[in-house]
This record gives sequence, C-alpha cells and structure tokens, in this order.
Amino acid sequence: MFRNTYDSDNTVFSPQGRLHQVEYALEAVKQGSAAVGLRSKTHAILLALKRSTGELASYQQKMHRIDDHVGIAIAGLTSDARVLSNFMRQQAMSSRMVFNRPVPVNRLVSAIADKAQVNTQEYGRRPYGVGFLVVGQDKTGPHLYEFSPSGNSYEYYAMSIGARSQSAKTYLEKHYESFADCSLEELIKHGLHSLRETLQQDKELTINNTSIGIVGPASVHEKNVSAEGNFRILEGEEIEVYLKSMTPKDTGEAPAAAAAPAEEDATAPPAAPIVDEDVQMAD
Amino acid sequence: MFPLTRADSFAQRNDDAFDAYGTYPLHQRAPHKDVFAEGVQHTQQPIVTGTSVLAIQYKDGIMMTADTLASYGSLARFKDVSRLHPVGTSTIVGASGDLSDFQYLQSRLDQLVTDEFTHADAHDLGPAEVHEFLSRVLYGRRSKMDPLWNSVLVGGFRDGKRFLGYVDLLGTTYSAPSIATGYGAYIAIPILREAVDGRQDKLSESDAKAILHDCMRVLFYRDARSIDKYQLATVTADGVHVSDAQPLDTSWGFAEGIRGYGAQTQ
Amino acid sequence: MPDGSFSHPQQRQFNPYTENGGTILAIAGADFTVIAGDTRQSEGYSIQTRYAPKVFRLTDRAVLAVNGFAADGNMFVKKVKQRLEWYRHAHAKDMPLRAIARLIQTMLYAQRFFPYYVYNILGGIEEDGSGAVYSFDPVGSYEREACRAAGAASSLVQPFLDNQIYFKNQTAAPGTSHPTHLPLPDVLSIVIDSFTSATERHIEVGDGLEMYIVLAKGRSAQSLEGMRGLQELSTRPDGDRVFVIRKELKKD
Repeated sequence: MFRNTYDSDNTVFSPQGRLHQVEYALEAVKQGSAAVGLRSKTHAILLALKRSTGELASYQQKMHRIDDHVGIAIAGLTSDARVLSNFMRQQAMSSRMVFNRPVPVNRLVSAIADKAQVNTQEYGRRPYGVGFLVVGQDKTGPHLYEFSPSGNSYEYYAMSIGARSQSAKTYLEKHYESFADCSLEELIKHGLHSLRETLQQDKELTINNTSIGIVGPASVHEKNVSAEGNFRILEGEEIEVYLKSMTPKDTGEAPAAAAAPAEEDATAPPAAPIVDEDVQMAD
Repeated sequence: MFPLTRADSFAQRNDDAFDAYGTYPLHQRAPHKDVFAEGVQHTQQPIVTGTSVLAIQYKDGIMMTADTLASYGSLARFKDVSRLHPVGTSTIVGASGDLSDFQYLQSRLDQLVTDEFTHADAHDLGPAEVHEFLSRVLYGRRSKMDPLWNSVLVGGFRDGKRFLGYVDLLGTTYSAPSIATGYGAYIAIPILREAVDGRQDKLSESDAKAILHDCMRVLFYRDARSIDKYQLATVTADGVHVSDAQPLDTSWGFAEGIRGYGAQTQ
Repeated sequence: MPDGSFSHPQQRQFNPYTENGGTILAIAGADFTVIAGDTRQSEGYSIQTRYAPKVFRLTDRAVLAVNGFAADGNMFVKKVKQRLEWYRHAHAKDMPLRAIARLIQTMLYAQRFFPYYVYNILGGIEEDGSGAVYSFDPVGSYEREACRAAGAASSLVQPFLDNQIYFKNQTAAPGTSHPTHLPLPDVLSIVIDSFTSATERHIEVGDGLEMYIVLAKGRSAQSLEGMRGLQELSTRPDGDRVFVIRKELKKD
C-alpha cells in the first residue's frame, strides 16, 4: 500500500500544494452509494440509491428533510451527515425565528461549506467524510447545489455524487439541456435513468433501494402535497409508478457502454500520480 | 477571617492582610464579588426622548411621520433630530421614546443591512423581516430586564405588498392599517382610523399627506413635548424617501378672545 | 425629609409584563374539537389592532389558543412550533396531542420564576380519535377537560359553558338524561353566542372571531359545508382535519 508523507495532518500542504487528508475525504464520498440531482424551471429533485448490508438489514437513509423548502441527499459517512444536517436544520429554524423567513438555499449551503472549510485548515481536526446534494426553492426559484468536504459548493443544472457517479454524470451531461423545460415526471425519469447507470451489472432499481426527493408542485401521481410544493421524500410503493415509466435498459436511450469510464471502481485506491515525490512505499 | 477582596486592594496596597497571591485555601477566601456589578446599570427610564410617530397605509405603499424634537424632560433640548430611519431599499423605521436606545437600534439595523449586502444575493430584507428582527431584539432585552425604551413603527413596501407593524419595549407587536405611538395613539388614532381604515386601497399620496399633516398639527396643539417641524417618509415601489424637515402651519388667532390666553389682564 | 422619603433611594422597577385583553375558549365533542378566540388586541383603553390572531394551528390534529401578554404568547407559540418541527425531524410524524400537552407544561414550568404570562388552551384530536381540550395556567399546571374559557372575559364565558356544556343547574326532563357530548352545530352556536355576549359586556373583546374546528379522521365535514368564512387548513384530506371559520364581531 502506498502512503503519502504529507498526509498525517490535514493542515500541512504537500510540496505539490495538496492537502492529502482533504483528498481522502473526497474519496470517502465516493465510497457512499450514488445520489443524483436534477433541476427544471419548476422543480429540483434528488434520487438516491439506498444500500442494505444484507437480507436481514434495513436500507440506509439517504435523504433528509431540512425545512419545508430544503432537502438533501448524502453520500459518505452517515454520521457526519447527521451532524451537518442537524446544523442545517438549526440554521433554517434560526432564520424563521429571527426574520420569520425561510432561509435562502444558497446561504444554507454556504454555511455548511464554511464549516467544512474550517476543518481543512485548523489543527487537530478532520474534514467531513460526506458530500451532499442540496435541493431547495426560494423566491429565486428551484435550486440544486453540491457540497463537498473540501469546503466547496457549486450550483448545478444536474449533478451526481457517490460510487460510480461518473456514469450518472455522463448521462446527465448528455441530456441536461433538455431538463429546464421537463415536466416533473420527465425529470424523475431522467433521474432514474442516470441513477441506473451507477448500478453494478446484476442490480436494478427497485422500490426498496431507491429514494426520490422533490421540491416543487405535485406530480399527477402525488397526493397531499402543499400548494407551495414543500420538500417530500418518496419511497416504497409511491415510486413504483416512476420506476415503471423507465425505458428498459437494453433497448432504451441509455448511453452506450463506452460512455462509462472504467476508472470509477469505488473500491480502487486513490489514483496516485505517476511521478509524485510525496509517495513512498510503506513497510 | 480574611477580610479583603482584590478590589479593596487598590486602596490598601500596603495592608499586610492583603493576600496578593491568593495563598489562602478556597473556602477561606472572601466570596467572589463582581467589582463592576454596581457599575452595570439597566435603563429604568428614558432620558432624551422623542414623542409620537404616526404611520398609515395608502394606495401606493405606506407613509410615516414624526416631528424633529428631542426632549430632555420638559426641555426642548435638540430641535432638528431625525427619528425616521431607512433600512435597505424597502423599509422605514420610526421611533419614539429614548433616543440613545434608538441610535443603538439604528446601528444594529445598519450592521444588519451591511451583513445582508455582503451575501450579494437576491435575498435582501423586507419590512416584515426587519419588524421580526426588531421584535426579537426588543423582546430579548425586556426578557433580560434591560429594555430598549422605545415604541417603534416599521413600514414598507415590497413585492407589491404593504407592511406596517409596531413593536415596543415589552416586545409587544401588531399590524394595522394605521398606527401611532405615544400621545398619537390617543389623539391621532381616532382621526386616522376614520380617514384610513378600510380605504387603504383608495387613498392617494396627496390624501395621505394631508391626513398626516392634519394629525401632526393637532398633536402639536395638544402634545407639550412636540414641535412644529416634522418629516414625512414614503415607501412605495419606487423605494424609500424621507423628506426634509418641514414646518407646520398653525394659527393661534383664536387665543385672542379667550380669557387667560390673550392680552387682557382681567 | 419628615417622611424619610429620601433616606432610602427609590428605584422604579421596570415592569416586563402587560395585559393585551381578549378571550379564548375551547369545547371538545365526541369526535371533534372547537377552539376559538377573538382578534382584538388592546392595552389599557386603547385598541391596538382589530386583527391579531390568538389561535394557531400546530398540526393537523392540534390547535393552540394563547391569551394574556401578547409578546409572551407569540414567542411561546413560536417556540412550541419549533419544538414540534424538531419532533418531525426526529420521528417523521406529527407529535400526538397528549404529548404536545405535556411538552407545553414542561416549557411553561421551565419559566417558573419568570413566567410566560399567558393562559394556554390546547384543543384537538387524541390518538384514539376523541376530541380533547387541555387547559394550562401560566406556570404549567394542566388538565384535560371537556371545555374551558380563558382571558379577559373568562369570568363571563366560563359560567355560561358550565351551564350549556356541563348542564350545571339544569335538570333533565323526567326519564331523560343530559347528553355527554353535543353535536358540532350546537357547539358552534354556543361558541358564537359566547363571543357575541362577551363582546357586549367586555370592552376588551370584539372586532373578529376565529373558530378552529378539528375533525377526527373519517368524520364527515358535511355539517361545515357552505358555512360563510370557512377555510380548510389541513395538509391531507384522509387524516384528522383542521378548519377555520372567521366571523365579524362588533367593533365598538
């Protein structure tokens, strides 16, 4: 196993100007099962693949509601995600307490990004081992953001994180220009198609391993959604109708195998540059 | 028993009994005393004060007015003080009560506007948010038994909606089509409710101006802590505008014929 | 000074409380609850506003009415709502009514030595589908009741409710007995009469009336249909449901 000289303390740069601990944290995100986010003019949605440790175990929770207008999907360390989502909920409540206003989504994402940044700079800390996709709506419309442990946050038309997410990204990059005018049903279909790309060969999306998070007006298949289109998580029976709407993988418009690069094996160690003075052989 | 505290020591450096290095066991030392405790004072009464603020909703937004006097008890101490403070681009705040407390609120609000500006997004604060914020500040201070001695009106116009709200030193809040603080609540409110309530959508800017002008004149006649100079603020879709101080037209001719007012001595 | 008034420096104490008038009441039926309050807010002889709500929907099955010092009341409702939001985050469901009641008692008693100067009445539907009213004093003593009035005109309204709901000082006709629960239309009439009467006799009551009606899951809303000023506030039609009826009261 390779070991880097400059990786025992995240506050120390390598001679190449890299913070190895931060990069390892980004790897932790890639260990988590995939999550996909998409945005149209009216909606922002999340789709996530839930893992189960076995027949006897339940499926992990991949999505959290932060407030009426915000929700997140996670990839990486679940416990770190709980700390951060709790913080986001506090921020959301504090905004309602002090200003009687739903917290603007961009400020919420900036707040956790700032928190994550501190962990890349202060002595004795470690970066968060989790990445988020954040969807929300405010008076500037629906939004989709990615948050990562490096302290970065960006807004996207569509994004994917987690294991084999590059395959989903390839799908999204091919289709994102059509998303803006999609209906909610079409948007979810695109989301499922791209999420499907992250599956291993013998697996498929089921009502048990898939979660869908939505902000925006109700779909024709939904009941009991508030007029404002509050964030809701669809799971189980509710998503069957969307899974059925998918184009079967072999015949459909799913991208050719060439589009999925082989480098995205989740279990592979971080690829080391060929010439890197930081890298030494350990033992 | 060891008698002295550190505070006493400044006067009695040479006293042998003073334990400069804290060598006595904890339980034998004099109980801890906050040497500044007596120096911390909470506001028990207002000092330099402003009198009534009036505000109404009208067709295009809201209009607010206050005179320019800052009284020191019954002394007309400062005669050209503005009690109307714009916050951001869609809100006006007007205050009566203690003016130093109001200046503190002004600096808090300015800080808030600056903080919001640095976010550089489309989510600036509107009048409802400013009102909620002030409510939290004033209620928070009353809950510490250290009130900010003001009655504050917050008015504004944003996203096509009017807002007019009140908050005072107790944290009490409410909204209404016409609101007045201080003596205005007794003297101006009957006039304003008659002229404004239920007619907010019809009143023109000149109507609103005339109504408030009349109220300010009545207040000047009856309120001994008022002055015949006032400012008008309007908040509409065009933003916040605070006028220069303008004089009130008053007539005292009626006093000629009244015993006790005029020149007659008997 | 002969009376010694200067011998001890006097300090006027700041009074952190005031009274903002108004009245609230709640009546529980077999499978519904009505929670109501007027909308006038006053201080002394001044009417501050003719519309300041005192009754708040907390969940699809719980409604809270708050009366007394308005600033405390509004803050208290805000804090209860935030506690319920945390409960939703943790359990992905609404808190049951009896749990909200205990939560409110805990929150009130936490301020035992600087109380929220408010009388709370919580109404709604229990998990067994029955209508329920919980009433509280400012420091958290509480009990479940069939009906309760609180606030400025409580001394006028409560005896009326005792007579009309508990049938106090009434004798049933020979061979009959008093009903244990009244039907919804009767209860609404009693509520409206309570407030029109309180408006006549108490200066701090009037302007507007807000009646919240919570119906148990599966109960028909037929008796409400077509009522003037009716609005549904529930998030789903297939659970417990919340409605509000707004009416005018005299403004003098």
